[in-house]
Amino acid sequence: MKILVCISKVPDTTSKINFVENDTKFDENGVQYIVNPYDEWYALVRALEIVEANGGSVTTITVGTAADDPTIRKSLAIGANEAVRIDAPAEDPYFVAKQIAEYASKEAYDIIFTGKETINYNGSQIGGMVAEFLNLPYVSLATKLEINGSQAKLERDVQGGIEVVEVNTPFIVSAAKGMAEQRIPNMRGIMAARTKPLKVVPPVEQNPLSSVVKFELPAEKTGCKYVDPENMEELVNLLHNEAKVI
Amino acid sequence: MSVIVFVELKNKISKSALEAVSYGSKLGDVTVVTYGNTSEDTLSEMGNYGAKSIFVCKTLQENNDQQLTNLVVAAVEKVNAEFVVLAQDQTGKSIGPRIAAKLEAGHVSGAIELPENNDQFVVKTNVYSGKAIAHIAIHSPKKVISILPNSIPPVENKVDCTISEFNAEIGDGGIKILEHKSQGEGIPLPEAELVVSAGRGLKGPENWGIVEELAKTLGATTACSRPVSDIGWRPHHEHVGQTGIAIRPNLYIAAGISGAIQHLAGVNGSKVIVVINTDAEAPFFKAADYGVVGDAFEVLPRLAEAVNKFKASQN
Repeated sequence: MKILVCISKVPDTTSKINFVENDTKFDENGVQYIVNPYDEWYALVRALEIVEANGGSVTTITVGTAADDPTIRKSLAIGANEAVRIDAPAEDPYFVAKQIAEYASKEAYDIIFTGKETINYNGSQIGGMVAEFLNLPYVSLATKLEINGSQAKLERDVQGGIEVVEVNTPFIVSAAKGMAEQRIPNMRGIMAARTKPLKVVPPVEQNPLSSVVKFELPAEKTGCKYVDPENMEELVNLLHNEAKVI
Repeated sequence: MSVIVFVELKNKISKSALEAVSYGSKLGDVTVVTYGNTSEDTLSEMGNYGAKSIFVCKTLQENNDQQLTNLVVAAVEKVNAEFVVLAQDQTGKSIGPRIAAKLEAGHVSGAIELPENNDQFVVKTNVYSGKAIAHIAIHSPKKVISILPNSIPPVENKVDCTISEFNAEIGDGGIKILEHKSQGEGIPLPEAELVVSAGRGLKGPENWGIVEELAKTLGATTACSRPVSDIGWRPHHEHVGQTGIAIRPNLYIAAGISGAIQHLAGVNGSKVIVVINTDAEAPFFKAADYGVVGDAFEVLPRLAEAVNKFKASQN
């Protein structure tokens, strides 16, 4: 089983979100970067479990600059066999997906994993785009994946319920909560990660099709209005007459 | 300007479908693409929101990402559309990026407003789990926009609407659907306008009666925090937050939830937040519009009673 896992670096979930340069750039000052939780906890760990049970190898792929290397090493410490970094800033989803598809098209992976979304852009775009570029089926928002030879059975979230689906390798899957449990890298893993291969590959030419013009922060709450717990008629009154939501 | 709006219907028109049709009609002439057996009477309701034409593929019965992508792209080619609009729901997340890749189109996923009126095409979308908003410009001739449910209310705009069968070469799908497990009849969380949610403060699954009672009285959907779904008190699909579902209802009532940053990431798009907690220091109060410092076991039934009285007075 040859598995590729798409890994992205994101600010820690507790990071203060601010912008600089006229609100066009994310303020990295004091920000800790982590592996995107969906990529790490669910996609990467499930990939490792599958390879542990069936043999094979797990490669991670990241589109980014040398600034991404620490988070790539973290994925290696958790257990990936090798890492690939396409050496370019992650311009837009189309650009990133194109790079990943281009690399994957030469390697014949059985499964390509992504997280269901990154926690910075929340776009949920890469898996579907890579799938289309490679003309492969895409099981999105999967919460369970069992593999038997070349056949996989998955559960995925769909509108108003869940679906159990079957698909043959090769395919692409986006991993949501439920797929696996987070693994904490141990000292041996961290040591081993230092010498595991991290291949740096030049990008293929592709113009980004979208760009961020600027960022803004949502309007702050004006403050909480407290209501006497004995007087819920007052709360209903406020929700109806002031907030106009009921 | 020609616009394709993709909607997925289960024999009735969903609110997110009307939102997408309404959004599309602001961009140009809307042709809706859908599949399955929904009746013409039901489909024609979309004409009240600006759909001029509806293409139905009746041969396709289930949601298969490759076939749906091919169907939508065939429709785009047929009407020479510049835009594809769809809801950023589970299906939208599955096929939106596929369609964009096939059309070589820039894709804004999770749009929360109509495009800005500027020289270039710019749409706002939520980023950093709702902690910021990005203005995204699309540079390609074709553009795919998936809109976040409950962001842009549908606006009535009655037009003449024709319905026709639409069959294209959509190929085989690689995914075989073995089973569909429905979550039941209620309004699914991402579409719900009113949500009542509770956390560990409720102390045990046997105490959820008061949460469900308030939800029923309001006509709201129930939700819960991550710990509650992790320990199995409530089903996984009720979990709202960073790793669960992100929602943006008009009203979010949270009882016995402290308001960790990961929970807020899933609910901070709510228009009005009511927090009920015994702990006046709970961080959630900072994000709330209305706060009740009190015991959920007393406050929730009292609130349900007050809502009941209010509803009776409205009739």
